[in-house]
Formats: sequence, structure tokens, C-alpha cells
Amino acid sequence: MKLTDTLQFASGSLRGSPTRTLLMILAMSIGVAAVVVLTALGEGARRYVVNQFASLGTNLVIVLPGRTETAGIGPGMLLGQVPREISLDDAEAILRSRAVKRIAPLTVGSATLSRDALNREVVVLGSTSELLEVRHMNIGVGKFLPPGDIHESASVCVLGNQMKRELFGNEQAVGAWIRLGDRRFRVIGVLATQGESMGMRTDELVIVPVASAHQLFNTSGLFRILIEAKSRETIEQAKHDAEEIMFQRHSGEKDVTVITQDAVLATFDRILTALTMAVGGIAAISLAVAGVLIMNVMLIAVAQRVREIGLLKALGAPPAQIRQLFFAEAALLSIIGSIAGLVLGYAGSMIIAQIYPSLPVSPPWWAVLAACGTALVTGILFSVWPARRAARLDPVAALAGR
Amino acid sequence: MIEFSDVSRNFTVGDQQVQALRNINLTLGAGEYVSIMGPSGSGKSTLLNLIGLLDRPSSGVYKLDGMDVTTLDDEQQARVRREKVGFVFQSFHLVPRLTAAMNIELPLILAGVAAEERKTRVKQLLQNYGLADRADHRPDQLSGGQRQRVAIARATIMQPSVLLADEPTGNLDRTTGWEVLKLLEGLQDQGITLVVVTHDAEIGARAKRQIHTLDGRILSDAQRA
Repeated sequence: MKLTDTLQFASGSLRGSPTRTLLMILAMSIGVAAVVVLTALGEGARRYVVNQFASLGTNLVIVLPGRTETAGIGPGMLLGQVPREISLDDAEAILRSRAVKRIAPLTVGSATLSRDALNREVVVLGSTSELLEVRHMNIGVGKFLPPGDIHESASVCVLGNQMKRELFGNEQAVGAWIRLGDRRFRVIGVLATQGESMGMRTDELVIVPVASAHQLFNTSGLFRILIEAKSRETIEQAKHDAEEIMFQRHSGEKDVTVITQDAVLATFDRILTALTMAVGGIAAISLAVAGVLIMNVMLIAVAQRVREIGLLKALGAPPAQIRQLFFAEAALLSIIGSIAGLVLGYAGSMIIAQIYPSLPVSPPWWAVLAACGTALVTGILFSVWPARRAARLDPVAALAGR
Repeated sequence: MIEFSDVSRNFTVGDQQVQALRNINLTLGAGEYVSIMGPSGSGKSTLLNLIGLLDRPSSGVYKLDGMDVTTLDDEQQARVRREKVGFVFQSFHLVPRLTAAMNIELPLILAGVAAEERKTRVKQLLQNYGLADRADHRPDQLSGGQRQRVAIARATIMQPSVLLADEPTGNLDRTTGWEVLKLLEGLQDQGITLVVVTHDAEIGARAKRQIHTLDGRILSDAQRA
């Protein structure tokens, strides 16, 4: 018997009982669709996090004060000393590394902002002109902080987009004066809308030169130093150099932590990929259930078509051929079910993408392959028993419908 | 050539052994017209099933065209059945979802014959049996006589040497029954070995050789003069 004839005969018998066929395809397609949708969600979450990190900047190395690792209790801690702070000079010194492209020191504090009668507490970020590049921010109107000596304060500020709207509405903001604490700053620029990135709403920030921020908050330490490495390959070098420079400048004490964005990102990536696979695996269980359903219905089909099987045997169909006919039916069901499931799954993913536009929902290719593969394998695997049962029927009894 | 030597067939029903056929010795020549008659349970259908390789003897040797077919495995027996034996059943046994043409085509499909050749052979046969205008009808759209003609066409499309008919007229009215029987006898005239199992003495009497069975034994084996 030729393969095309086998498939044709199998599809004919599937069409012969449309309700049963439809139900089996439905079960299969729901299984496949579940895998597709759930992995698409997981993959969406992963890509969301990755994008968030990317929006933070590329090839980033971050220096923060203090050790996050526990290395026993040092004598300093017993005396109630806090780790030594990171100074602006430390930040400048890091630029000596060849692996470093640019740096942006960061100081964070909150201050009362007022303009005429409007008052509110705001998060003030002290940094330099480099921040724009390092953090991948976009300027909307006017200019960002001017380049120059980082020790020099200037009474200029850049407003986050929402901050500008709250203070100025539709009025021109650039050129106007505002008050931060007891100092006056001239607005020189407004950031374009950035949205949220890693929990910090840049739209509600006020950015001033780092020296001005130090004066405003009466501090000299830095909250972070953001370092941009020259390339992906030099990230490790930049990290090493930064540690070395800080080690030397802090008289041989390792009192800062240097993390790379890549390391953090890789961790998140691993966690979320594992999560996606776990969720996909759970969804695959529904495929196994669909497989059991196929077996069940196939057994019924064998029982219902006993006379037809008997006839095929009388016409000279060997047992192998009868098995093949049932395998072909299962394979067809699985393939059609998979295709329907993919359509359903992609449609579902698109609907989710419509509801949560910020989530980049799209099923990963490996999940799509795995779903279809599992559907096919379970379909055929679970038809082994019914097919064997059909092939072993005694032709005389089968013809009599027994 | 069909040769049974000392063939028995036992069934186990519950914990009882039932001997459906006891030590049958029988030789049917090529192209013979044989009727097998006897009451229910006399073993006539079992005999037919054994001839058609649908069933295996419990003991004894069955030679078909000189070849011992009792020792063949399932695959080989299926092949012999496909190439040498045609079946006609009382209840037609047509596949309900397939058209008349497709039902006739079925043995060719199973044998792996190319599609073009299948089409011409089916068309030829439909014409021969006066079913040309019924080719695309499903069995439930056909009369009983037409159904049995489709079944005969299906049984003969592989050009078997033996045609086995189990009560071929049992589900038909008298006139149609005669027509079907004439058709089968026509095939025998062309050289096929025809074995008809029947209750009906009148039908059985038409065969040249008449075998009567009772309690698993051959009661009489008579040639009509």
C-alpha cells in the first residue's frame, strides 16, 4: 500500500466520524496552544527584563560603596564605622583604565522643589553630562548638563518629562528658574518621556550637576559610579580595573562592590528561562492528557470499526498495514491538532500582547518545536496499543462484528 | 487446486472443546463449481473460512495450488488471500463511507497498484457489472442487488483463482438473488473456482458438485450428472 493511499484512507476514515475527529483535534490543539501561550508569556517576561537592563545602558559596570559579601566582621564594623564613601576623585581615577569608555557618577537625594506657589518633594539626581549617553536617556527640549570639570557646581537643572508638565503645564520651561531646597536652578533642558526603568521613574527626576547636588545635600560621597566599558569584551577588564583602582585609592581595603550589568542580566536570564521551561513543561502535561484521549477514542474507533478491519483482512491487508492505517490516523490528528494549536496559541499571544503592550509576548521557537514534536509523538505513541489491537483481531470474528 | 488432508478445526467455548470440522479430506479442482450445504453449525462456514485463509486449521494440511499454506505466517497468508481469493458475503461488507467505485478499488489500494491503473480497472469492472452510473454512490444509496454486485466486483478485481461466496443471496429477494447467482456462475464459466455456501437447496442444486456437511463431517459429496 502506498503512503499517499494510506494517508488518504486514514483521512477518509477521520472524515467519516467528524465529531470524534473534531474533539480529538480540539484536545490536541488546546495542549499545543497552552504550551505556546504560556512559554510566550514566560519569554515575554524574560525579554521585558532584558530590555529593562538594556535601557539602563550597554556594557555597564557599576561601582557601589560597601561590600555586599559577608567576609567576617572587620574591626571597623565593631567600632561602628561605615564603609568609606566613594569620592568624585575616585570616579575620575577610574577613567584611567583603558577599558573604560566613560563614567557617570551618581548622587541621589530628595529635596523640596518649588516654583512660585507650587511645592513638592522630588528625587534629585546629581551627575555629569556623560549620564545622558551612559544611561541611554533622550533629551526632549533644550540641552542636557554641560560638560566640564565635575568638581564645578552650576545652578542648572534638567527636568524629567512629567516633572516639567506638573510644574509648567504647557508653558515654556527652558530658561525658567526653580528652587531646590535653598538654591535656585535654571532649567536648561527637559528629558523626553522614558517611562520606567528598573524601578526609577526618570520622568519624575530632577538632574543637576553632581557638585551642585553635593552642596545641596551637604555630602561628598557618591551613590554609584556608572562605568561604560569600551565594548562587550572589555567589560571584565573594566570591572577588574575599577576594583584595582578603588583598592589602591582606598589604601588597600576592598570596601566597594563592583558589579557588571551582564552578570545581573545573565542571572535574570537564567531564572526566567528556567521559569519559561517549567511553565511550558506544565502545559505539556495537557498534551499528554490529549494523548490519552486519543488512545481512548482510538480504542473506541477500533471497536466500532471491527467489521471494516475484518473486511480489510479478508481483502488481504496484512497486520502491519492495519497498524499503519491507525498510525496514519493518529499522525494526521496530531498534525492537524498541532497546526490548529499553533494558530490558537499565536492568536492568544497576540491578544495578550494587546492587553499588556509593555510585555514583548512571543513564543520562543524551541517551545513551538517542542509542542508540535510532543503532540506528534504522544499522538503516535498512544495509538500503538489501539493499532496493535486492531491488527491482531481475528478476521472471522471481526467480520461477524465480534 | 484446493487440497484438504485430514483437516480439523476445534474451538474452545467456555471450557468445552467444540469440533467444528473433523478430519476433512477434500480436493477441489481448478474452475469447479461447488456448493456446500448443511444446517447451521454443521461446519460449512468454517470450511469456507479455512479455504479463504481467514482461519487456520487446528490440525491437518491445506495445500492451495500445490503450496502448503498452513505453515505461512500472517503476512504471507494475507498476501495469498489478496492475490488468490475473493470473498462475497451475505451482508455485502461494503465500507459505508466509500463510494461504489472506491469500494471496488480497495483491494488494488491495499496491493499498492498505481492510481492510473486502478482507475481504468475499476471503470472497466463498473461497466461489466452495469454499475457505471452508480460509481459515485455510497452503499446506502444502492439497492441490495447493486450492493452485492459492487461486492462481487471488489472480490474479482484482483483476478483471484477462487471465489468464495457465503450465502450470497441470503439478504436479497428472489429475483435479485437469481441475478447475482447468474453473475457468479458467469465468472465460473470464465475459469474461476466458485464455492457457494448456502441453506437453500434450490440454489445449491445449481452447482455441478454438491457437498453436504453435518456435525463437522462431509455427509455426501456428489457430482451432478
